[in-house]
This record gives sequence, structure tokens and C-alpha cells, in this order.
Amino acid sequence: MSGPLVLGIETSCDETGVGIVRGTELLANVIASSMDEHARFGGVVPEIAARAHLEALESTMRAAVEQAGIALADLDAVAVTSGPGLSGALMVGVGAAKALALALDTPFYAVNHLVGHVGADILHDPGAVDRGELELPTIALLVSGGHTSLLLVRSLTDDVELLGETIDDAAGEAFDKVARLLGLPYPGGPQIDRAAADGDPTAVRFPRGLTLPKDLVAHRYDFSFSGLKTAVARHVEKLRDAGEPVPVADVAASFREAVADVLTAKAIAACVDLGVPRLLLGGGVVANARVRTLAAERAEAAGVSLRIPPLSLCTDNGAMIAAIAAQRIMAGHGPSDLGIGADSTLPVTVVQA
Amino acid sequence: MLLAIDTSAGTSVAIVADDGRVIAERSSADTRRHAEVIGPFLAEALAAAEMDGARLTRVVAGIGPGPFTGLRVGIAAARAVAIARGIPLLAVPSHEAVALSLVEGGVAAGRFAVITDARRREVAVTVFAAQLPLPAELEPAHLVARAAYAPAECVTPFEVQEIPAAALAHAALARLAAGAAFPEPQPLYLRAPDVTLSTPKRVS
Ligand SMILES: [Zn+2]
Repeated sequence: MSGPLVLGIETSCDETGVGIVRGTELLANVIASSMDEHARFGGVVPEIAARAHLEALESTMRAAVEQAGIALADLDAVAVTSGPGLSGALMVGVGAAKALALALDTPFYAVNHLVGHVGADILHDPGAVDRGELELPTIALLVSGGHTSLLLVRSLTDDVELLGETIDDAAGEAFDKVARLLGLPYPGGPQIDRAAADGDPTAVRFPRGLTLPKDLVAHRYDFSFSGLKTAVARHVEKLRDAGEPVPVADVAASFREAVADVLTAKAIAACVDLGVPRLLLGGGVVANARVRTLAAERAEAAGVSLRIPPLSLCTDNGAMIAAIAAQRIMAGHGPSDLGIGADSTLPVTVVQA
Repeated sequence: MLLAIDTSAGTSVAIVADDGRVIAERSSADTRRHAEVIGPFLAEALAAAEMDGARLTRVVAGIGPGPFTGLRVGIAAARAVAIARGIPLLAVPSHEAVALSLVEGGVAAGRFAVITDARRREVAVTVFAAQLPLPAELEPAHLVARAAYAPAECVTPFEVQEIPAAALAHAALARLAAGAAFPEPQPLYLRAPDVTLSTPKRVS
């Protein structure tokens, strides 16, 4: 069975993504990013992101159709991220997807961005070596500039549970802020990763948020990075006040270690506690070398099998959105109501709006 | 057959025949639900016209000025329809739609201004000279503090809350008939994005 041909549109943050899939086959994945326009502000500026989506929409759609070698008239459905994300940004995609679906007289599916990140894992290139089925249930750790969530996924189409999430900054945001403190450019993730390569991760013992026994009671699987960010700032200020040089490599490595430690410790704890020996990573932070290595080490030690989709599918993209819609269609679910809106806080339990 | 979409104020969708006949129109003055209502409005307009997207020959997008978040929804939708059907997208300044109907209706004569709310205690103003087939734009859309706005002598102000998509389609047809060029399908934001460049603050 080849599965439905679905085009997915993703505009929840700063990437305009249009992807086309046939079932679990990836036919096109085109992404335009407005990252450079946010660089001088040190973080994503919602209005700039929303403007960039509208500008990039047409070219990304055309490029995806060309890459997939399909005709729009052949689509079985049009899918879009309706949340969570930046609401003004989401609305660009929602408006476009509804109109595209209606103009083509094809069903409209509004799906959850976070579940999309998990769905990225089931995609494979046509004719490529199969990566093996995504086994369920699985724990999923999704980390990016916009979110830090730990999920229990029993079914990609209708059973996803939120175990925990950040109570303040997203992990990616913490990377951006610490990069600024250290005088490194935006986005912070790759910059910190590079600077940390020559540093000593044990040079400074930065705090691990929400890991004390008293915090674990209410926040066993939640994350907090704002205290860590403040601790790094205080450390850097103290050195500067004393006229001492800031050992950027050591601070970057120690900070990165603290983030990777908390993320992977909590994810593995969830696998162990819940008896789910599978962990899937998703989101842009997967690009971080230390997060990947530490996750691999700890997964192996705990007897947990680790899956990481290719990086091009880990960052925000439209293909993962199309993939979830295709799964919903194959499971027999009907289209979304054309009157749904963008929902910046769409809960992860709602796979399709 | 034209499909016209304007979300610069409320949301309005119309299907208009090449001869100007309005086949179907759906409008709402709600300024907060563009992303929601655009779907049902498009579906209802197509259903009321008893047609599917395949019969559309042109899409008309109102490019504002208007509050950005809503404005983008209509332009994004119009672009998507144009791509879906492989048909031209015609951009029309939203104030021009109102200006044309004021002139055609004999309401506006001489010099007049079309005014819409721009939020933040500002209004968006375009000044026209009443003439047919198309009103002439004397001053392009610009923002003025509402409290400070006073029309120049001999300029009659018309403040409107809604931009009917049928009027937008009529303005597009008038431009086509007159052989006038269309602007780029870019939103008339009139305002730079809101950003504050923060410098990292001390924590200790
Ligand atoms: Zn994401």
C-alpha cells in the first residue's frame, strides 16, 4: 500500500516548511528560514517571523511540488500545523492551508506540531533502506528554541501524553541567551557546541534545574533553564568584575553539560519509571553533539533503544506535519473543521484539531 | 470568475463574475477571527456559487493597510488559491475598493480620504480624487495619530469598518478594464515590526 499523498505546511516558529509525503515516503522537504533576520535580536521576533512566512510561502510551496514531482491536483489532503507555536506565524500557514485545500477540493487536516516532531521518525526516502518501524510506546524528548517537552507516545494518531515540559525557558532559548552572554552570535546552539569542543565540562558545576528531591515531587519530568542561565550570567559577571578573562570554552562546555545532563537524565528516568525501553529525540537541539552522545551513552546503559531522525527532519518542517496527517487518514480519521483557528497552546493530547 | 479576499479589517470573501455580477459574498466585521472564518467563508462562497475552485480564473487579494496578523491571513489564502489553480493573483489596495464604490455610488466627489483603524490610536489614510473608471490616488496610504487627524481643506473623510470583497473585485475589474498595472501582492504594513533590542542585563 502506498498511502495518501499529503502536502504539509509548517509555520509555527521561524521556519517556513512545506513537505510532501506519500504515506511514510518522503517526497519533498523544503524549508525557508528567517533565522538570519532574528540574529541581531538574539531570539525569534514573532512579527518578523510572521512577515517572513508570508514572503516565503509561495516559493517553498512551488519548490516542494517540483521536488516531489507531483501535481497539486493529485493531493489526497492538505495538512497544516495549527499549534502550538507563535500565533501570528501559525495563522499564515492556517490561512494558506485552508485556501489550498478548498481550491483543490481536497480534505484539510490541522495537526499538532509536537506530535509532528515524533512523526518525523517514520519518514523514509523512496526506495531507501528502511530505518525500521517506529516501535510504540516510546518516550519522546523534543527540544528546540521553542519547546522542551517529554512525551509518552502510545500511538501517533490518537494517544500522546505530556509527561513534562519546561516551566520557563526552552532549552534552545537558554543556548541563545548564554551565547549572547559569552559574546557568541545567534543561534546559540551551534556556537556553544563549537566553543565547548575545547572546554572542560567539569570546570564549573552549574545547577541542574528541577533535579532536587523536593522539586522532583511535583516536577519529575519538567525542566527549568532560567536558573541555569542566571548562574552562568553570575559566573561571567564575577569574572569580569574581577578583571579576569572569561574562559569561554570552559563556561560553554560546563553549561552545555548541565543542559545535556538534565535533558537526558529525565528522559531516561521516564523510560525506566514507565517501563518503556525506547527513546526518540526530536527538535533542533538534536544537532547538539553533546546531547546526542550523552543520550546514546545513557540509553545504552539503561537498556533503552535510541532513535534520532535525520537532522533535516528534526528541525521544524512541513513533511512531519504531512506524515501525521497521512497516519490519521490511514487510521480512518476524517478531516478537521474548516473553522478551526491557530492555537498557540494546543495541548499535545490533541493530535488533530 | 474572480475570487476576492480581504482581511484588512474584518474578513470578506466574494465570488464575482467577469461582468461584475456578485455571485456570492460572505463577510464578518470581527477583527479577531480571520484565521478561523476564512475557511468556512471560502467554502460557503464556493457552495453558494455552486462551483468548485476549478472555475476560478483570477484571485484578488486586498493588501491593506490593516492590522498585520489578520491582513496576512487573507493574503496567504489568496496566494494559496492562485498556486492551487495556477491562476493570476491580483493585488488591490483595500482602500481603493472603498474609494471606487464611494465614487460609483455618487457619495464621494472631489477630493476625499478613505480611513480605517490602524490600532494603537492611529488611523490609516489614503487620499483620492473622485474619478472613473478608477479613483486617482493623491496620497498613498499612511498612518496618522487619530487625535491629530484633520483632513486637509476640500478633502472629505470617510471612515469605514469593513472592506467588502465584492468591492475589491470591482476595483480589480476596473484596473483590468483600464489597463492599469497592479501593485505587488505585498501587505501594506506601514509600520516596522515591533522589536526592542535588549542588551543582556546584569543579574548580580
Ligand atoms: Zn518544533
